[in-house]
Amino acid sequence: MRLSRLIAALSLATAIARPGVAQTVQINGAGATFPYPIYSKWFSEYNKLHPEVQINYQSIGSGGGIRQLMNRTVFFGATDGPMTKDQLLAAPGGILHFPTVLGAVVPVYNIPGVDAELKFTGRVLADIFMGKVSKWNDPEIAKLNPGQKLPGSDITVVHRSDGSGTTYIFADYLGKVSPEWKKTVGIATSVNWPTGVGGKGNEGVAGLVKQTPGSVGYVELIYALQNKIDFGSVQNMGGEFVRASLDSVTKAAAATKGKMPADFRVSITNAPGAGVYPVSSFTWLLFSESPKDKRAARTMTDFMRWALHDGQKYCADLGYAPLPEEVVTMEMEALKKIRF
Amino acid sequence: MVESHRLKISVRRSRSDRRRPKPRSDDAFFRVATGAVAAVIILLAAAIAFELVAHSRLSIEKFGFRFWTGKVWDPVSGEFGAFPFVWGTLYSSFLALLVASPVAIGIAVFISELAPGVLRRPLTFLTELLAAIPSIVYGLWGVFVLVPLVRRLETGMPESLRKLSLFSGPPVGVGMLAAAAILAIMVIPFSSAVAREVLRAVPASQREAAYALGATRFEAIRAVLYHGRTGVVGALLLGLGRALGETMAVTMVIGNNPRAALSLFAPQHTMAAVIANEFTEAADQLYLDALVEIGLVLFVVTLAVNALSRLLIWSLERRLRAIPAAAEPAAASTVEAA
Repeated sequence: MRLSRLIAALSLATAIARPGVAQTVQINGAGATFPYPIYSKWFSEYNKLHPEVQINYQSIGSGGGIRQLMNRTVFFGATDGPMTKDQLLAAPGGILHFPTVLGAVVPVYNIPGVDAELKFTGRVLADIFMGKVSKWNDPEIAKLNPGQKLPGSDITVVHRSDGSGTTYIFADYLGKVSPEWKKTVGIATSVNWPTGVGGKGNEGVAGLVKQTPGSVGYVELIYALQNKIDFGSVQNMGGEFVRASLDSVTKAAAATKGKMPADFRVSITNAPGAGVYPVSSFTWLLFSESPKDKRAARTMTDFMRWALHDGQKYCADLGYAPLPEEVVTMEMEALKKIRF
Repeated sequence: MVESHRLKISVRRSRSDRRRPKPRSDDAFFRVATGAVAAVIILLAAAIAFELVAHSRLSIEKFGFRFWTGKVWDPVSGEFGAFPFVWGTLYSSFLALLVASPVAIGIAVFISELAPGVLRRPLTFLTELLAAIPSIVYGLWGVFVLVPLVRRLETGMPESLRKLSLFSGPPVGVGMLAAAAILAIMVIPFSSAVAREVLRAVPASQREAAYALGATRFEAIRAVLYHGRTGVVGALLLGLGRALGETMAVTMVIGNNPRAALSLFAPQHTMAAVIANEFTEAADQLYLDALVEIGLVLFVVTLAVNALSRLLIWSLERRLRAIPAAAEPAAASTVEAA
């Protein structure tokens, strides 16, 4: 009791002592870990341009971000997988999705004696991660990679042990190309893996693959590049084997041209089109349609306009693919839906 | 847990002189104040239990007791069972205890009985330093040093042994063996530090009596260990308590696969690890409740293990007291027997 009074008195004192405080806008958000590097870059760059705006972001995971947004403990959320219909129905008031950048998930491997880039189809990847293809020289893999000397050793599957948007994107892709995957494993941020070992975080999976001969795993593109792990190309809808790059990922987003739903809740894994990398995805910021804090809402829409244009130039350095022009145009329109 | 054991030792020491001063008003105030603090602990435990139950309601209602025995953990279809995690936690902790106990006792005996004075201080300091290393550092060391070593052991093992169910499974390196090994290393400084204090609390008359009876050094040490056995067992169980709750280091090397197996090479999972791994992304309410119920299960299992170890110590003490004229003749008699 006494303590709370003391705190109240202290906070009152600081409020009086610093009249400037009233002008700054503090906005809190929480969610996905995958876009955290670019978001923190954006928030700090934006703070340089607008010193009165302070945006705090906690990368606690997509699930936590959605939960906190629904409980209204944060102003905005962030997620790697769009919210489900049930979640949207359970939310107090409407929730809007805004794609911010794009990412890709790549199959990484460590096979002694194989230096060249391996080719995978979605179906073979699904069979490997279900444990149905368990040797590297399996005819299914050999058929796609003629001329490669594949060893007869066991395949060790490495997956994420923590719930993750990366897993969601990968499982979402495998679910689209393999009906069996969809039926037995399913699509979620954590799944019941039929085989393999779990590493914590992208760095955990990358570390395990790097030190375990005969292993295969999946990580965000940037982790494969940074850790210099071999990663394979994946066959897209048109039959091409495409290696993940910023360009091939942006192409996947461009494939939604004219088909983008108004709420932006779209999966672009296995997207059609030439040169498209099939294991790509948007990552979203989540806003309440009619937020209580009007000042924060105005500030945040200003920020979004900046992020969708000027902010996109920070993507490449951090390993994200920028949004295609038509998605940006649609989003600028959608920003008007936030009422303040 | 550390406090409770230390407290125990000091209480026992003070009991040895049974004179109690008459209560004064200062004492009454002191007693009420410390009593209130002690009550906070009980309230805290009760509040934790209450919260855990309240927040796992959905899961408790849906699965009931089946949650404890269920072997499937499938967040996609909403089927949750805690058995693989309970198994993994208990298995890894007991394996760690098995490996750590002789080493910890050995260290404690060496420092308190055998080490020359010059070595005693640095050795004490070093074991205590080991206890201060954060578990994430142990985890990283495990990933980069221990796991490759375990993998080499696994690949080098002869085929005939690999057929045993204790050593089956692919040689991945991460798995139960690596987890148990890292837990053992983490537990040793705790157990040996407490065991050392216990041995040093054994009165010098014990050693003198043993030598007077013509005991060899080994026999004298046995007498000292016998005298301090409840404290030594307490020290080992303190290590077990630490192993049960260890999260970061374990999750980095155990392989995080929720399948209970006897094999030391199989990747498995523990209760603390699954909570740390999956809590952040659990958006679905049932999933979240199931994870909280795992916390409840861990709470209950830890309580049960603690209660069992108390019971063990208590029965040891009772047997000790059953021997007439307390400990001195008892120690002497073991020397004779030896």
